[in-house]
Amino acid sequence: MFDWSVVAYAAPLLAHGVVMTLQISIVAGILGLTIGLLAGLASLSGIRVVELLVRGYVDFIRGTPLLIQIFLVFFALPVVGLRLSEYWAGVVALALNSGAYIAEVVRGSVGSVEKGQSEAALSIGMVRRQVLWWVLMPQAWRPMVPSLTNDLITLTKNSSLLSVISVYELTRAGQAIISTHFAPFEIYLLLALYYYLLIAVLTWVSRRLERSLPTW
Amino acid sequence: MVTAPVLLSVRNLTKQYGDRIVLGGIDIDVHQGETVTIIGASGSGKTTLLRCLNWLERPEHGDVHLGGENIGHAKDGRAANEGELARQRRLFGFVFQRFNLFPHLTATENVALGPRRVLGMSRGEAEARAIKQLTRVRLAEHLNKRPSQLSGGQQQRVAIARALAMEPSIILFDEPTSALDPELVQEVLDAMRGLAAEGMTMVVVTHEMRFARGVADRVVFMADGKIVEEGPPDVVFNAPRDPRLQRFLRHLEPSLT
Repeated sequence: MFDWSVVAYAAPLLAHGVVMTLQISIVAGILGLTIGLLAGLASLSGIRVVELLVRGYVDFIRGTPLLIQIFLVFFALPVVGLRLSEYWAGVVALALNSGAYIAEVVRGSVGSVEKGQSEAALSIGMVRRQVLWWVLMPQAWRPMVPSLTNDLITLTKNSSLLSVISVYELTRAGQAIISTHFAPFEIYLLLALYYYLLIAVLTWVSRRLERSLPTW
Repeated sequence: MVTAPVLLSVRNLTKQYGDRIVLGGIDIDVHQGETVTIIGASGSGKTTLLRCLNWLERPEHGDVHLGGENIGHAKDGRAANEGELARQRRLFGFVFQRFNLFPHLTATENVALGPRRVLGMSRGEAEARAIKQLTRVRLAEHLNKRPSQLSGGQQQRVAIARALAMEPSIILFDEPTSALDPELVQEVLDAMRGLAAEGMTMVVVTHEMRFARGVADRVVFMADGKIVEEGPPDVVFNAPRDPRLQRFLRHLEPSLT
């Protein structure tokens, strides 16, 4: 039956995993936002080659499973001489993955700013780059927040996949306990609860952030 | 007025969307300091003509010359690149029907953005210029308000100040009062009248026949993508020759003419 003593035993032990998951999510999130912002802006740059490169990157990420992407970063990069630790391979894979989705969010939000705004900016002699930076981006932040939150939630949950390359995050920590105490039901339930709480905090922060951004 | 030199010269300008010909070969000269109003039914190509002048839309054929510049073309005659086009565009001020102010910026910031980022002025210089232009359109009390805190008439005057701040050679107005509540139309027309009196060269697409009659040096009537008739306002309004113009004027509310 449900073994409460395992739960009581595992709950504090998993704290280390929670910290790791949080850390991975934050680092990968910051990297992913940076990649996504740059790639999103690049996809609007009007420079054909750059736009095609971003298109290819986004298509590749969207068209392949994250698990495969993690393995590619972990096993394929060493072939070209880049050997990353499990931790960094995982972080990089997650960042590249979320960066592609974030690039699409950036592109979509900037593109949804009313057309008259670009025209007004062009009419005072701005070039595309200036229009993007001074007129469109400042108006695109707020509508971006809900979609970005979704992407960061997905990233946090996806970090559990890093357990397959032995990154000792929350899921991996849980599995370690399962392998010695044979209580998969209790532990996975506990893991679910931990993830749920992490996401709840993230959602709360995002709502606060969205409300604090100006609406004009 | 006719003695003043030609500032804007348009020759055989054409534009089409798919199969639909929107501009069927426009020829027009605008002299230094002249106010030209363009009238005509909706769909006659007035707005498209205006947008083709500063290359917000690319015309298919024809030439637009402003001063010594062949708009859309570099000095050597080839197609202008982005930077050259941007430099040419700022020779035209453009006032939009729906104002198109930047909602995230205050009135001063709206007007100062161009001088600061395009002309490369310091923050102080750009703001001083913005305040000067906003004062000129009688908005000195509203410098720090955002567009959402301003009435439509005030917003359109900020837009006029934004155009003026770039010190354009000519200002193009695209139905500047059409999106305004009736009681706010006058303040915008007054600002435009002031500019005309100061000798600003202006091309105004409008449905305000009183403005066309009272302020314009010349009225141009367009139909089906062509200039059908043009002349001094009293001739165009009192002795129209083309039947389409006669019909257009008959259908206007008497009070507007």
